[in-house]
Amino acid sequence: MTFLNYLISGISLGSVYAIIALGYTMVYGIAKMLNFAHGDVIMVGAYTVFVAMSSSGLPALPAILLSMVVCTVLGVVIERVAYRPLRGAGSPLAVLITAIGVSYLLQNLALLIFGSNTKSFSTVVPLSPLKLADGRITISGETIVTILASIVIVVGLSLFINRTRPGQAMLAVSEDQGAAKLMGINVNGTIALTFAIGSSLAAIAGVLLCSAYPSLTPYTGSMPGIKAFVAAVFGGIGSIPGAMIGGILLGIIEIFGKAYISSQMADAIVFAVLIVVLLVKPTGILGKPIREKV
Amino acid sequence: MAMLEVKDLNVYYGMIHAIKDVSFEVNEGEIIALIGANGAGKTTILHTISGLIAPKTGHILFENKDLTKIPAHKVVSLGMAQVPEGRRVFSQMSVLQNLKMGAYTRDDKSEIEATLEMVYKRFPRLEERKNQPAGTLSGGEQQMLAMGRALMSHPKIILMDEPSMGLSPILVNEIFDIIRSVNESGTTVLLVEQNAKKALMIADRAYVLETGHIASSGDAKELMNDDSIRKAYLGE
Repeated sequence: MTFLNYLISGISLGSVYAIIALGYTMVYGIAKMLNFAHGDVIMVGAYTVFVAMSSSGLPALPAILLSMVVCTVLGVVIERVAYRPLRGAGSPLAVLITAIGVSYLLQNLALLIFGSNTKSFSTVVPLSPLKLADGRITISGETIVTILASIVIVVGLSLFINRTRPGQAMLAVSEDQGAAKLMGINVNGTIALTFAIGSSLAAIAGVLLCSAYPSLTPYTGSMPGIKAFVAAVFGGIGSIPGAMIGGILLGIIEIFGKAYISSQMADAIVFAVLIVVLLVKPTGILGKPIREKV
Repeated sequence: MAMLEVKDLNVYYGMIHAIKDVSFEVNEGEIIALIGANGAGKTTILHTISGLIAPKTGHILFENKDLTKIPAHKVVSLGMAQVPEGRRVFSQMSVLQNLKMGAYTRDDKSEIEATLEMVYKRFPRLEERKNQPAGTLSGGEQQMLAMGRALMSHPKIILMDEPSMGLSPILVNEIFDIIRSVNESGTTVLLVEQNAKKALMIADRAYVLETGHIASSGDAKELMNDDSIRKAYLGE
């Protein structure tokens, strides 16, 4: 039964990674860049909820909505100010380095505003734990909400991309920006929309992460951000179901690694698995092989 | 008054002066061919017209609006569509999704549906394959899809960049027949082609491009009988 408990907490942690990984994978797929500041947007989202609930006394749901708005605006502003001017100008490395810079900027701003003390985040989930099999399996309210949220988000995103006009525009931009412009698609607007969606998901991920692991510091988003990036690559970067599968597998591997091998080695195990997967299948689990031009 | 007027266009790629003082015009209802060797600047001119490249100097007037001041994604809704070189269909999207992307700037669902019927009538193979990913189509079918996609915006003028590239002679004939019939149904055509013979056969007038400037121009039939043109571009 402990195995099942570990599996459930692995899926739960993995669902958070999946929600973060969706932001990475969408931005990569559409803007062809790695937004390394994505993890820190999570942290901003979590601080927003923390401040809204503890200082302003807002209830959980409005606080989460506020945090989504803050992160959406932040994501769009970062794209507009830091990334767009560099797009198409010379090396893609310039954008990558800028993204790392933005990441440090957000961490240090948070340090300046909130200090380095760990804030203890109170959960936003009012549900009591679910006990199954005579109490041998416990599923916390956070776990239930996290898993449900990730399923709703993936289904919603897939419907959005396949059924709506802006979603189809995203697909077109991800394949060929020039041809998309010829169709009348506003490429800059589509990329901004992608950042908006990814960042609002980051806010949700931040809240879920801090509800399950309630210590909040300016560096809270950093490691989950990197792991979610690994999850996105693991599942096949650019692929939405890939991000989901990659995230959940990564969460399970991490928890099993902690439980059965060594809690200190867990992160090393996670990255070792990534290396093995990429050696066997360089495009990730659901990644499409790079098409050759005929 | 010309429908499309290109005036004193100069385009640079860094230090390279790619397009030198190019001027030409396209009147409503015409098929105009831009012919010339590989690297003469034909595609550059089309990309400049549709806004993908910014010119250094010069004007591009489409129905009296200066396209050099309009962002690329707003050109389609003015009534100008492009069939790009190498087709550039969205290979992971279905044939139907590609066609719908062509109508991206249009709002009226029933009108889009009517245009779709018209495109299917012109290209029955696209209807047969409407749910297939575009990347699985043959070269000729992809060319038809790129043309159908451009027609979906219901353009007044359609710019075609090397539609015959990489196609078998039978398919080339088929594609040129379609271009002629698209023109007959009222769409003006600006055709860029390396296959000068085929292009001159369907064009009303033509401009011959040599290393970035217009070397000669005139009635397509007359150019076809011009000895220097025959030698340089028709392989005779």
